Amino acid sequence: MTVGLFIPCYVDQFYPKAAIATLELLEKAGVQVEFPARQTCCGQPMANSGFEHLTSGCNELLVENFAQYDYIVSPSGSCVLHVKEHLHSHKQEAQAQNIRGKVYELVEFLTDVLKVESLNARFPHKVGLHQSCHGQRGLRLSQMTERVEPPFSKPEQLLNLVQGLELIPLSRKDECCGFGGTFCVTEEAVSVKMGKDRITDHLQHGAEVITGSDMSCLMHLEGILRRQKSNVKVMHIAEILNAQEA
Amino acid sequence: MMGAGKTRDHSALADVFNQDEPRVNWHDETLWFIRQKRDKAAFAIPDWELLRETASQIKAHTLSHLSQYLQEFEKNAQANGITVHWAADAQEHNEIVFSILQKHGVDRMVKSKSMLTEECHLNDYLARHGIEVIDSDLGERIVQLAQEPPSHIVLPCIHKKKEEIGEIFHEHLGTEAGMSDPQVLTETARQHLRETFLTRRAALTGVNFAVAETGEFVVCTNEGNADMGAHLADVHIASMGIEKLIPRREHLGVFLRLLTRSATGQPITTYSSHFRKPRPGHEMHVVLVDNGRSVQLGREDFRNSLKCIRCGACMNTCPVYRRSGGHSYKSAVAGPIGSILAPNLDMKKHADLPFASTLCGSCTNVCPVKIDIHDQLYKWRQVVVQEGHVDAKKAAGMKAMAAVLSSPATFKLAGKAGRLFMRRVPLLVNNSFNPWYKQREMPQPPNESFREWYRKNRKQHDQ
Amino acid sequence: MTSREKILRAVAQNQPALLPLPEVPPFQQDTSELSGRFTEVAVAIGARVFRVMDYGEVAQVLRQNFLPSHRIISAIPELAGFAEATPLQDAHRHQLATVDLAVAAAHFGVAENGAVWLTEEQMGVRVLPFITQHLAVVLPVKQILPLMPDAYARIGQAAYGYGVFMAGPSKTADIEQSLVLGAHGPRTMTVFLID
Repeated sequence: MTVGLFIPCYVDQFYPKAAIATLELLEKAGVQVEFPARQTCCGQPMANSGFEHLTSGCNELLVENFAQYDYIVSPSGSCVLHVKEHLHSHKQEAQAQNIRGKVYELVEFLTDVLKVESLNARFPHKVGLHQSCHGQRGLRLSQMTERVEPPFSKPEQLLNLVQGLELIPLSRKDECCGFGGTFCVTEEAVSVKMGKDRITDHLQHGAEVITGSDMSCLMHLEGILRRQKSNVKVMHIAEILNAQEA
Repeated sequence: MMGAGKTRDHSALADVFNQDEPRVNWHDETLWFIRQKRDKAAFAIPDWELLRETASQIKAHTLSHLSQYLQEFEKNAQANGITVHWAADAQEHNEIVFSILQKHGVDRMVKSKSMLTEECHLNDYLARHGIEVIDSDLGERIVQLAQEPPSHIVLPCIHKKKEEIGEIFHEHLGTEAGMSDPQVLTETARQHLRETFLTRRAALTGVNFAVAETGEFVVCTNEGNADMGAHLADVHIASMGIEKLIPRREHLGVFLRLLTRSATGQPITTYSSHFRKPRPGHEMHVVLVDNGRSVQLGREDFRNSLKCIRCGACMNTCPVYRRSGGHSYKSAVAGPIGSILAPNLDMKKHADLPFASTLCGSCTNVCPVKIDIHDQLYKWRQVVVQEGHVDAKKAAGMKAMAAVLSSPATFKLAGKAGRLFMRRVPLLVNNSFNPWYKQREMPQPPNESFREWYRKNRKQHDQ
Repeated sequence: MTSREKILRAVAQNQPALLPLPEVPPFQQDTSELSGRFTEVAVAIGARVFRVMDYGEVAQVLRQNFLPSHRIISAIPELAGFAEATPLQDAHRHQLATVDLAVAAAHFGVAENGAVWLTEEQMGVRVLPFITQHLAVVLPVKQILPLMPDAYARIGQAAYGYGVFMAGPSKTADIEQSLVLGAHGPRTMTVFLID
């Protein structure tokens, strides 16, 4: 099995540690991973702003770079959902369709494809899980509070395999953090207020680290935490699942 | 979207709303409390999701057969003795209502909740024609006295604190200064409106559901105000959008289970009144209003918005609505559902609304008729941009971004340059012209990107 | 072209190809303890519920709250000694503003939401159960159905002029979500489950 590693543009530039942890996690699970160097972005920043018609360049690049792999894995529910819902190609639509079916967010790839049941990881901290909306409601990574259905959570399933980790409860376990792509700047006031409210919930329940499977939400929360001069850190879930702290 | 001299858009109004953070917290928590009551009510029904699916399919079928159902409803309503009117737009709706009142020589009317009449600005129209309208729903009466529009379709004055309501009542209804006890204020409104009900010869109500099979319509209230108005008056006018139809009476057994549980968490409204015939010697009128609905029906991507039963669940759950308030939407129907309905009525005016969302998807999943609200918001964004209702600077920025992201070489360079720039000159990025930085720190740029790290540490897989 | 024609033409043109009308599926229901569950829900939404043997007991309970000086109206023959039974006329409906208590028979109740179904024959005039300060409803205990779909199955094609599901006293929470009973309709609702 060869996996093409798709690293979101902003993770590549700002959060290489999340990408490295993703790569190492997959390699430790015995998967052959390749990172096609000519990849750029899924196109979501344009599409969510109403400019989906400008994403064909991104789409064609994505198809060129990833069509050959058995699976495409990315440490971002948001980018994966965008690819699943909106990837099309003028040149190779069959390939695009194929990719839409074999692209996975990291957590669901670990639980559903690799069926990971143990991790050699240790992270002795109180951790708050931020459920990013696109992963949770879009990819159904966990049961959402809106729907009347049995509870499940793929990220919690993995975090529970990490030694020493204590998952804290939250008052609102799946409310949006307010990042929302360009929403974070076009609707600055509401975006920040939503982020602050999420952080308050995590802090009130004693989180030392806030984690999640979408670095974009965490980047937004981190920006607010640092402005508040808080000691609470954000870490991508891959970093925690790959942690070897004493 | 917002240009100089134009009215303020959602973002600007939300910014004003957020100047008072404790009030935002109060607004958010009040609505979240209702969302939690909705959850409790929904989870008490084991086949809730089947119920939603059934309701959604009944509505889908109805929309696909709407012209036939409208005629069936008309025929049956007429056979019941109801007069049926057709209004192509808001203006015609208002004219029809006015002409009925004129015919009866009525210059004062009592009205229960009808978001359609808000959409049509009926009160203003009638006021200009010398007709006094008193809104009888307590929340609507409060905002009417305050000369404001409702901020929520189910909870019209959810944005007002009881002390503010107390002041309004002190000024208009003579309660003592400083009185803000909801019990006392409600009793005052009861006395004031009882006098209104007893003296009005015409009453207007909204319609929650109209049944094609029986020619009847159903009005749901908790206060009993629709019934007090309609049963005491000589003339009952019921205004309804053409999408309120359902095929058969038995379908009420599906929708009435969903409506109030979704809206407030109650198992049913106190009153679900089925009006089938006028009282002997009196008149009952139904005004069927299109006002853009037939156009929306033709928009394949947005047609499903017409399934809406106006429960307000999408507003209560929306993290943006809760933190920006209903008035920031400048539309009779605010919140997520309003943001997919309003652009159909006036795309230019409401071009900001599809962007007043993080696309978190909570709305779609509480919706009792399973409208794909957040997907429609995404699609409206594309339409709004294609139709040119977007500011030129943003469009240029998007084109530039797309160009960089379409070229791996430029992307690599731009990324490196960007990180270098941010490391060397953080003061230029971290300034007040950058909305990110206003209340958030910028990410700290690392020394190397992942691709640079990868080049050093792993075998290459590029051409 | 009239607006009617214009609207119907636009709708016909724009409506999608016919989609099937689903059958209303049988929903999960619990048919045990119907009166107990009805009572629980009705009390939760602000009603008072009494289990009684006969109409004598109805009057007895109501006498605890209402004096002979109160204006009490009922079309139920068995309550003739307790309430005014004069047939009501719609033309005089405004005079009902002074009614303190109205007592009406209900067709049936619904366990899932504590509602009772009344049609105008049982009210005398439509406004009575709304304009009265207090409302009492007599419901045969055997006439409690589990769910709303059962209610509509029971109603069938009945040709009432006006019918209503009533669930508890009139109420509002429009002021800061504080629940106040007694909005524009009755301040209290009492349901008598009669054997």
